[in-house]
Amino acid sequence: MDKTVKAEGRSIDSASARVKSSAAKPASRGRAKPPAATRLGVAKTYKLYINGKFPRTESGRYFTLADTKGNIAANMCRASRKDFREAVLAARSAFNGWAGASAYLRGQILYRIAEMLEARAEQFVTELKLMGLDKRAASREVTATIDCLVYYAGWTDKYPQVFSSVNPVASSHFNFSILEPVGVVSILARQESALLGFVEAIAPVIAGGNTAIALASEQNPLCAISFAEVLHSSDVPAGVINILSGYRNELAEQFASHMDVNAIIANGDDASEIKMIQEQAANNIKRVIIRKKSIAADPYQIIDVQETKTTWHPIGG
Amino acid sequence: MAKMAVMIAPKPDQAPRVDQVGVDERVARFRARSIKKSSKVQALNLVLSQIDLTTLEGQDTPGKVRQLCQKAMRLHDSLPDIPHVAAVCVYPMMVAEAKKALGSSGIKVASVATSFPSGMAPTKVKLEEIQLAVELGADEIDMVISRGKFLEGKYQEVFDEIVACKEACGEAHLKVILETGELGTLDRVRHASELAMQAGADFIKTSTGKIQPAATMPVTLVMLQAIRDYYYDTGRMVGMKPAGGISKAKLAIHYLVMLRETLGEAWMSPDWFRFGASSLANDVLMQLQKQRTGVYQSEDYFSKD
Repeated sequence: MDKTVKAEGRSIDSASARVKSSAAKPASRGRAKPPAATRLGVAKTYKLYINGKFPRTESGRYFTLADTKGNIAANMCRASRKDFREAVLAARSAFNGWAGASAYLRGQILYRIAEMLEARAEQFVTELKLMGLDKRAASREVTATIDCLVYYAGWTDKYPQVFSSVNPVASSHFNFSILEPVGVVSILARQESALLGFVEAIAPVIAGGNTAIALASEQNPLCAISFAEVLHSSDVPAGVINILSGYRNELAEQFASHMDVNAIIANGDDASEIKMIQEQAANNIKRVIIRKKSIAADPYQIIDVQETKTTWHPIGG
Repeated sequence: MAKMAVMIAPKPDQAPRVDQVGVDERVARFRARSIKKSSKVQALNLVLSQIDLTTLEGQDTPGKVRQLCQKAMRLHDSLPDIPHVAAVCVYPMMVAEAKKALGSSGIKVASVATSFPSGMAPTKVKLEEIQLAVELGADEIDMVISRGKFLEGKYQEVFDEIVACKEACGEAHLKVILETGELGTLDRVRHASELAMQAGADFIKTSTGKIQPAATMPVTLVMLQAIRDYYYDTGRMVGMKPAGGISKAKLAIHYLVMLRETLGEAWMSPDWFRFGASSLANDVLMQLQKQRTGVYQSEDYFSKD
């Protein structure tokens, strides 16, 4: 065994030596240049992001995404309810760790996501252009997304002071209210905005210590799936953010009904969908947050997915 | 049994060799079976009825055992028509408490004995422990074999100890824990299974749950095959209990498929097959509730044992 390895090592060495020697005498031997072969592009497979891994959908289904010229841009995973169930399991097991992480650490990680996105801005501009934006609008959207992440990174260790309170009560108690994350949050991302809409929905949720399962925009899912790669290189613990792509009308009901999901954020204004979400969410009295249109980043979006815990502490006596 | 002339332990070369690759491939097949809808509900109910709800911890208290017994009798009130578990499995110290709490519910009390989990005690002490547990009311005794002696090659000593334990059990059923995680190879698992059955075990059981790996499907398959061959040789049915590490309903159903396809219908009952588990019951309940409501469930709504 050892011998063969050594033998192989030698042969590689001698091969590289040959390459070197031929490089030393350029072209003079008159060796013909190889014909310029047409290179096959290596297209990216857009997969799901569950528990820090990139699996294909368990169902094996996919749907085709066309670019603005009608060419096939990508085959997208059409996630099933079982994929969603796996994602909820991942989010649930990641919750205690993430909720228990210090506000400072959560801020650092959100900032790190922004750093990674900044470094890969060009890729996202290309994808947004593929989806029909012009160059200027595309870079504006990427920049706005990075700024949004930095904005919420800053809020992680500030919203507790701003929104917690000491309450005046008419008895000898020291009474105070503090915020705690609600738990696992399912998110239906905005349809029209591929990147900004997606990140705007996620960032305040995780800034507040929740874990999330997000369904990418059905029409513009490319950036959301690529964003998973940014998350993956940003020290976000596995399971804190899980990303699915698929048909919204197929998955929305699962997002709303799952008993182990504590809140749902639905971006969109389809009245029948909103009604369905409210009914299904009643099963376990999930918190329902409907955002009919895009709103600018603000700390109240963090508070939307926080519970208030009030403590009565006896004093005096 | 006691006066039976000479009982000789089987030697390793008397047990057939196990084809590990074949076992793995067979197990992979079991895992590919699709069990849906009504057959799934039926399987889930069967799993519930086969569970030995277990607490074997140094921190056990009578209160915790009473609570576990309550759970054993009333698994989940909002699910109608579900069976109760087969048995509650505790340390000898807790047998009386469990017996009292379970009353006439029909749920058996199983007690580990013989210096569980290591088995590192003189035979005399082990036998006394069994007698004590039986006197306190244990219906079933889970004993551990002396793995040290087995690995040393002192098969006859291991064998004689099991024979003596069986005698000490009297009316109580004897489950023999092989602790397969410490045996190392499937060949030794097969040999130990045959040794235990020939020594009089009513059940053979994979693990204590204190050693990793605990129950696995390949190990269980080898033991089921040993049971099958023993049945063909002697006509005596021996039960099987995988224990440790089976915490998901889906995996439990895979075990049932394996049981059905290896031993057949006759073994598909709590009398002949048990799961040693503590958190499996809740996962099965969650799956049953999911089948009933169509909605994925949360642990928040199921009592911890």
